[in-house]
Amino acid sequence: MVLTKHKVWLTKSALHIGCALPLIWLYIQIELDNLGGDPVQYIIHFLGMGVLHTLVLTLLISPLAKRFKVGWLLRSRRAIGLWSFAYLVLHIFSFLAFDLLFDWSLLLSEIIKRPYITVGMIASIIMLALALTSPQLIQRKMGRRWQLLHKLVYLVAILGPIHFWWSVKSGNVEPAIYLLIFMALLWWRRPVKQISRRSGLASTK
Amino acid sequence: MTNKPKWQLSAEQVTPERVFQQRRKIVQALGLSAIGASVPLGVQAGLLDWFGQPEEQLAPRRSLSFEKTLRYGINDELTPEDKIVSHNNFYEFGTDKTDPAKNAQSLITDPWSLTIEGDVANPRVWTVEDILKEFPLEERIYRMRCVEAWSMVIPWLGFSLANLIEKAEPGASAKYVAFETLYDPEQMPGQKSRFVGGGINYPYVEGLRLDEAMHPLTILSLGLYGKTLPPQNGAPIRLVVPWKYGFKSIKSIVKIRITDKMPPTTWNQLASNEYGFYANVNPNVSHPRWSQASERRIGSGGLLSAKRIPTEPFNGYGDQVASLYEGMDLRQWY
Repeated sequence: MVLTKHKVWLTKSALHIGCALPLIWLYIQIELDNLGGDPVQYIIHFLGMGVLHTLVLTLLISPLAKRFKVGWLLRSRRAIGLWSFAYLVLHIFSFLAFDLLFDWSLLLSEIIKRPYITVGMIASIIMLALALTSPQLIQRKMGRRWQLLHKLVYLVAILGPIHFWWSVKSGNVEPAIYLLIFMALLWWRRPVKQISRRSGLASTK
Repeated sequence: MTNKPKWQLSAEQVTPERVFQQRRKIVQALGLSAIGASVPLGVQAGLLDWFGQPEEQLAPRRSLSFEKTLRYGINDELTPEDKIVSHNNFYEFGTDKTDPAKNAQSLITDPWSLTIEGDVANPRVWTVEDILKEFPLEERIYRMRCVEAWSMVIPWLGFSLANLIEKAEPGASAKYVAFETLYDPEQMPGQKSRFVGGGINYPYVEGLRLDEAMHPLTILSLGLYGKTLPPQNGAPIRLVVPWKYGFKSIKSIVKIRITDKMPPTTWNQLASNEYGFYANVNPNVSHPRWSQASERRIGSGGLLSAKRIPTEPFNGYGDQVASLYEGMDLRQWY
């Protein structure tokens, strides 16, 4: 019989390793010049996909916890959410540093002028708010408002894939697949009547 | 397998320098230089399997001779050859920038023929060998500005397209020139699968107005950096139109057709609001999804040493080509 706290520890460790490995791989590939003569687009895209993948994971946690009656799984959700935010920060930083070469005025005008970047920016601001309010102390202080705020992740789950869709030059197959995955994740957790609405979103204490 | 042409290098003559350099880099990256010196090469090659990519057999390239170098007032630093041949858009071989170099090495570029037909007195099927015999090559150092807002400076080897078209003698009603890339799904994975090829309708087609095609700056290129083109850069023969966005410079051409109608062009058909027929480099007309006012110049440095430079009208060739568009609203004819 494995104790819950060990299960949580193991799950979290696996998650941290799983989320860190792609970054290590990316760094090595860049160092080895394996990404071609100008890996800028590749790096930005790779990190953007990292945001989407970790976001899928966070949204999988509560349905899985409910479905398989493993409440302790919820305790690893915040860690993945923060990994998602870390990928997002790197994604935006790469765009600013490698593509725009720190042309801040260009960044601002692009955010305003390009719908796909506007959408990405809105999603990023929500993610920032979620990351900043992730410490348990803040969570306790905010109470019900914390719940409401963190439901905005569902909006991110729609805006992210739309940003992806609008950003590709051609070939919408892949973005469409991601949009469907996120739609399915949201459909899966639609509120069902009769059952108490106190879902896995309750405090993870 | 095809018969090796006389001029091709044998595989042994192609130096595996790249592989050697890669191994050295891996060993350094792993902090193993000290040990590396004492480890037999076989073991280091084993590391490649874990941390590197499989060593693909690079298509051999042979030296080409050329008469003179023309710069047209462009004195920018050249983009290093290894970057030019490893960062490509050639969706027939995949949509990632590194896909063409990975997947195009086995493209059969010899024998190769280029047909010129349509409204001409002398239609002809040219072999690449005949073209090389007939038209002396020049080195042309051109800027290459991609519609995605990155740019390079490339020393092409080629000759004016006008010379080839004149030989064909276009008729009185000739107004446009249509170009077509090879269609061969067996060799081009992007043509076999819509997913690999980015959902483009193949073959890739492009077009120019006849006066644009006859302009002395417009060349057919058969090489870069003194050697024949690698497949990922459009071997054995491609178009280069330096004042237009890169997608106009169609690769691996099999057909040129002289016509009286504006021909369909691939990217324009896919998204006409984003890619026009003219596609002249223009800092004042932004792409719907990004600004064209500046560009990222790919030079010799690493990731952070690239420069963002202002984009020039007609990519800096305005003195030579602006007159072609007199009286045209370039916002309307983007």
